[in-house]
Amino acid sequence: MIFDPNSIDDIIAANASTTPIDGDAPPLLHIDDVSVTFGRPVLRNIRVHIPKGQTIAVIGESGCGKTVLLKTIVNLIEPTGGRVLFDGRNLAKLSERELTRQRLRFGFVFQGAALFDSLSVYDNVAFALRGHFRMDETQIRQVVRDRLLEVGLSTDIIRLKPAELSGGMRKRVGLARAVAGNPEVMLYDEPTTGLDPIMSDVVNELIIGTRRLHKVTSVVVTHDMKSAVKVADRIVMLYPIHRLSPGESQILFDGPPAEILSSPDPRVTQFVRGEARDRLMELSQGDRSLNEY
Amino acid sequence: MESTARPTSISAIGDAVEHALIGIGSIVQFTGSMFLWLLSQRPCHKTVIPTFFQVGVRSVPVVAITGMFIGMVLAVQAYDAFKLMKVESQLGSVINRSMVTELGPVLAATMMAGRIGGAMAAEIGTMKVTEQIDALRCLGTNPIHYLVVPRFMACVVLIPLLTVIADFMGIMAGALVSTTVLRIDSFYYWQHSSSMVGPWEIFTGLCKSLVFGAEIAVISCYRGFQSGAGAEGVGRSATQAFVQSFIAILATDFLLAIFFNNLYLWIWPGEELIDI
Repeated sequence: MIFDPNSIDDIIAANASTTPIDGDAPPLLHIDDVSVTFGRPVLRNIRVHIPKGQTIAVIGESGCGKTVLLKTIVNLIEPTGGRVLFDGRNLAKLSERELTRQRLRFGFVFQGAALFDSLSVYDNVAFALRGHFRMDETQIRQVVRDRLLEVGLSTDIIRLKPAELSGGMRKRVGLARAVAGNPEVMLYDEPTTGLDPIMSDVVNELIIGTRRLHKVTSVVVTHDMKSAVKVADRIVMLYPIHRLSPGESQILFDGPPAEILSSPDPRVTQFVRGEARDRLMELSQGDRSLNEY
Repeated sequence: MESTARPTSISAIGDAVEHALIGIGSIVQFTGSMFLWLLSQRPCHKTVIPTFFQVGVRSVPVVAITGMFIGMVLAVQAYDAFKLMKVESQLGSVINRSMVTELGPVLAATMMAGRIGGAMAAEIGTMKVTEQIDALRCLGTNPIHYLVVPRFMACVVLIPLLTVIADFMGIMAGALVSTTVLRIDSFYYWQHSSSMVGPWEIFTGLCKSLVFGAEIAVISCYRGFQSGAGAEGVGRSATQAFVQSFIAILATDFLLAIFFNNLYLWIWPGEELIDI
């Protein structure tokens, strides 16, 4: 049989972890019946427990609430129902000072890197170290250097501003900044979106490398199946609430990557294989609406 | 028969009032949070110095030019009326008093609302849209402490100083036009001016500019934090920052004028504010 790099079946067969999920490891993150509403419901009764050291990929089509879930984990968005427990603590109930301390145990890689425009690469990576870690400037310089080298960037760029970097470099600086404080949990929001295939794979390798090097628990939000299969031990698939029937779970799949194609739910295989199917009908309906507009 | 609720004018008024109250509550909470951070933790000098430079040093030319032209225009506009009444030599008193108590503070603050307020709202709005504010929180930094406190400090400290520059430029430019172009005797010009502008007028002018500075900082930063998505949202927040700051400046100017008049009469009962 010939390996087809564009076939998700072959990619899963080649990359997916077949190791069963360790259900005995104590969960570091408990997402218990979390709901979020912004005028309309975005997340409904999401229940996911993430053991220490696991890498979980949250997949799903645009608008299904993946990023909202990720931001709810660090309490950037407060859940309207349910709770998120991190290491036994409900982040939404903590004082500002304690919440800040707990947030430093997370590293967040934002979709657009979210580097501070007014600061240089060096100051971006050193940002959290200056305020919260008892380090002198020599130690900070050493950490910045190490983190940049870890993500494959030369220290020649430390004086550059984010606007002077390419998309891939920005993502890597964002990763270096996120791991600078030695977090226990890494959160990645669409880490490969907008990158060329080679740079996407570089970022995937960096996610795997970061996990191996820093022994972190990771949550990767993505709709890039190649990336999800490559980096994750476990995949959780969310579905947009407005497409669900009342009372139906928003999580369509929760299991190891190797099993995702054998899911009995056709919506899962449709997403994984990237098939339009019934959505083409919606496109023609949208076209009618446009004509009526 | 099932009745369907239609929006009435009363419900629309109710919605508008509710919306306004939520807005007021939100800005009061924002200001309270800013003051708590201001009093509890000193901001980092790495954020304070660039903000002071941006608000202060970069604004000197525009404020100086504004003050200069106000002084010159006042001289030209008021001259004919004063000449009719044959009191041209009193021109200096009107120019200088207007500059120090009203036009200097109000127009310098208006210029700053346009130059600094819009920029602050746009910068913070862009940071919000590009998730930089979320990144600050994730890196253990409170965005109000990091972004708002230095801007507030810069506006409160530097807008009064910029107003002094505007006042000085207006007074000197008004004097120059009056004495050289309009041929008013320099001795009488300054003599009448000194009788109309004293420490009280300078004090009230500076107090006003301090309040205007605080308003510009709070409104502009708040609008930035409330910015909607995309370029349109950021643009709208910058416009709102200027318009709302401008309205706040004018409304507060009116209220402060009444307050300071009453304060003057309370401190010195029976004395007139204008003593010619």
